[in-house]
Amino acid sequence: MLKQIEGSQAVADVVALCRPNVISAYPITPQTHIVEDLSVIVGQGKLDAEFVNVESEFSAASVVLGASAAGARTYTATSSQGLLLMAEVIYCISGMRLPIVLTCANRAISAPLSIWNDQQDSMAVRDAGWIQLFAEDNQEAADLHIQAYKIAEQTFLPVMVCMDGFILTHAFEPVDIPEQKQVDDFLPPFKPRHIVDPRWPRGIGLYADPRFYMETRYILHRAMEKSEKTIKEVSADFAKTFGRDSGGFIKTYKLKEADVAIVSMGSVVGTIKDLIDQLEEEGKKVGLLQICSYRPFPRQEIYNILKDKMNIVVLEKCISLGRGGILASDIRWSFPRAEKKDRNISSFIAGLGGRNITSDDLRYMVERVEKEPVELEFLGLKKELISDKDL
Amino acid sequence: MNEKAEELNRVEKKDLFASGHRACGGCGQALAARLVHDAAGENTIACVATGCLEVFSSPYPDPSWRIPFLHSLFENPAAVASGVEVAYKALKKGPVNIIAQAGDGSTADIGFQCISGMFERGHNVLYVCYDNEAYMNTGVQRSSFTPYGAWTSTTPMGNKTRKKNLPLIAADHGIPYVATATVDDFKDLQRKVKTALSIEGPKYIHILVPCPLGWGHPGDLTVKICRLAKDTGLFPIFEIIDGKVTNVQKIPVKVPVEEYLKPQGRFRFLFKKGVPTEEVAEIQKIANQNIERFNL
Repeated sequence: MLKQIEGSQAVADVVALCRPNVISAYPITPQTHIVEDLSVIVGQGKLDAEFVNVESEFSAASVVLGASAAGARTYTATSSQGLLLMAEVIYCISGMRLPIVLTCANRAISAPLSIWNDQQDSMAVRDAGWIQLFAEDNQEAADLHIQAYKIAEQTFLPVMVCMDGFILTHAFEPVDIPEQKQVDDFLPPFKPRHIVDPRWPRGIGLYADPRFYMETRYILHRAMEKSEKTIKEVSADFAKTFGRDSGGFIKTYKLKEADVAIVSMGSVVGTIKDLIDQLEEEGKKVGLLQICSYRPFPRQEIYNILKDKMNIVVLEKCISLGRGGILASDIRWSFPRAEKKDRNISSFIAGLGGRNITSDDLRYMVERVEKEPVELEFLGLKKELISDKDL
Repeated sequence: MNEKAEELNRVEKKDLFASGHRACGGCGQALAARLVHDAAGENTIACVATGCLEVFSSPYPDPSWRIPFLHSLFENPAAVASGVEVAYKALKKGPVNIIAQAGDGSTADIGFQCISGMFERGHNVLYVCYDNEAYMNTGVQRSSFTPYGAWTSTTPMGNKTRKKNLPLIAADHGIPYVATATVDDFKDLQRKVKTALSIEGPKYIHILVPCPLGWGHPGDLTVKICRLAKDTGLFPIFEIIDGKVTNVQKIPVKVPVEEYLKPQGRFRFLFKKGVPTEEVAEIQKIANQNIERFNL
C-alpha cells in the first residue's frame, strides 16, 4: 500500500513485516525514529517479538549476537559513534556467521561532533565481513530490508542496510509498504545452521590457533565474494514478486552514451540524475553508475560497464584520512593497471558532516573533469574558513 | 532432611565441563567451572567471556564442554546471555539455565556496564564471576578486584586500592539472589548454583578462585587458601536474598590475616625478614571491618 510516510517509519514497517524475533537497540540520532517506531509496533502487539532496550550500542550488538546464536531472527539499527562502539561485536558477528540485519542511518564521525549525514560510519567497518547495501531513496531503503533478511539467511553473512541519515531517515516520501502475505511468501522462516541448544550441545565461538585461523578468514572472504550471486538473485526475485527494481549490485542511468561517467552511492544519486537530465538538455552526455552493493564490491561489473569510459569521476561522502577517496580507490582498483593509461578517474569528496551537495556543485565537478583529471578535491569547501596556520 | 534439601545439598559430579583442558595445576577457576556446571546440569547454556576459562577450555577443535558453549568477546557475556534469554522467550523455547560467566577483569572492569544492564533489565540469567583478583590470562595485571597490598605485574609496589565490592553493588540493582562462595566447599558452592537457578530473574554468584600462578602459591594449596580467605574474614561468605544479607557463614576460629598472606608470593614483600609491615595491619583492618559488617 502506498503511504506518505517518514523513511524511518517505512523501515520500521517493513522490518516488522520480516517478523524478527528479537530487536535490540540503543538510541542515537538519526537512527532513533526507526527503533521508536518498532517499539510501538511491538508494544501494540502488532509484532510478536522481544524488544530489548539496552545500555549501549555495544550491548545492542551483543544481544542480537546472542539471540541469533540461539536461533532468532534479529534486528538492530544504529549510526555513527554507535556503529563505532559496536565495531568489536560487528567483527564477531560476521566471524561467527550470524545473519543479523542492521540499519545504519549514515552519519558523520566525531570529532568534531556532527549529527548530520555522510558515510564515514559504515565505511569504518567496510572490511568487517558484512554485506553493505546502500539505499538511494526510501522505497529502496524499505525494499532492501526485506531483501537483506533473505540474503543474510541464505549466505550466513550479516547485512548492513545503509541509508543516509536525515536525508532519507527523516524525509517524507510516498513508499509502497507491501502486504504481510507478500513478504511471508518472499521470505521463508529463518532456518539457523548452528544454535546453542542443550539438545545438541556444541561450541560456538571457539578460539582458533595459527593452525586454523587463516582458513576462517579465507572462507569468510570467499563467502563475501560468492554472495554476489545471492544478492543478484534475491534482487531479481524481489522485482518479480513486488513488481519493482530495488537493490542488486549496481544500477546505471544514461551511462551508455556518456562522455563523463559519475560513480556514487546513496541518496545523492537523485541529485546527480537531475543534473544529468539538465546537462542532456544542454547537449552534454553525462551518465551515472550507482553502487548499491558496496561490499561485496562489484569490481567485475564496474569494469564491464566502465571499460570504454575514459572520463570517470567518483563522488563520495567519506574519506580515508591520509589516503583520499575510499570509493575512488576501489574504482581505480577495478581497472587493470596496464590497460588504457589515459583513462582519467577523478576523485571528489563531498557532503561531509551534512554539507549540502547542490546541483551547482555537481555541475562544477563535471565541468572541472571535462577540462582535466582531478586527483582529489573537496567539493564545496569553504576556503575562507581555513587559514594558512591550519595547514 | 526433606527431598528438596537433600537435592540442594547433594554434590554433583557429571563432568559437563570435562577433564583434559589446559588449565594450570591447582587452578581454582577450572575447579569452580566444573562445580558450577555439574550443579546446573545438562539443560544449561554457558555464555563465556574471553579469558583464562575460555582459553583453556575452548581451543578448536577440542573444547571441554559437554553443554552448549557460546563465546564472543571479553566484555559482553552478560549482554550475549541476555540475547540468548530473549531469543528463548521469543521462540517460546525452554526453560533452560543460562549462565553468563567471566573472570574478575571482565566482570569488575571492562564488562561492568553490560552486567549492570543485564541486572537492571531483569533477564533470567545467572552471572558467575570467577574472581582470581587480577588479569591472569594476560600475565597477572591489576584489576579492580585486586586486593589491597597485592603484587601484580602492573602494581609492582603493591596495590594501593581496595577491592570493588560487586556482590553488594549487584544486590543494589534489586536482583533477587546474590551469593559468594569459594572452591573449598563443594556442597556450599553447588547449593548456591542450584538455589540461584531455581529463582526467576538475574542472579549473581561471586566465587573466589585462587590462581597458583598469579598468587604465587603451590597448586596443592588452592583449597587451603580458600579456607584461610574465609577464616581471616577477607572473603565473607553470604547470600543476599531479595536485598537481605542472610546465611552468613560464621568463622569458627578467627585467623590473623598473616596466615592467609604468608603462603602467597604476591604478598611476600609485605613481610620484611618475616616481620609484617604496616600494610599487613591495614589488611587486618579490612578483615576486621568485614567481620563486623557481616557479623562473621
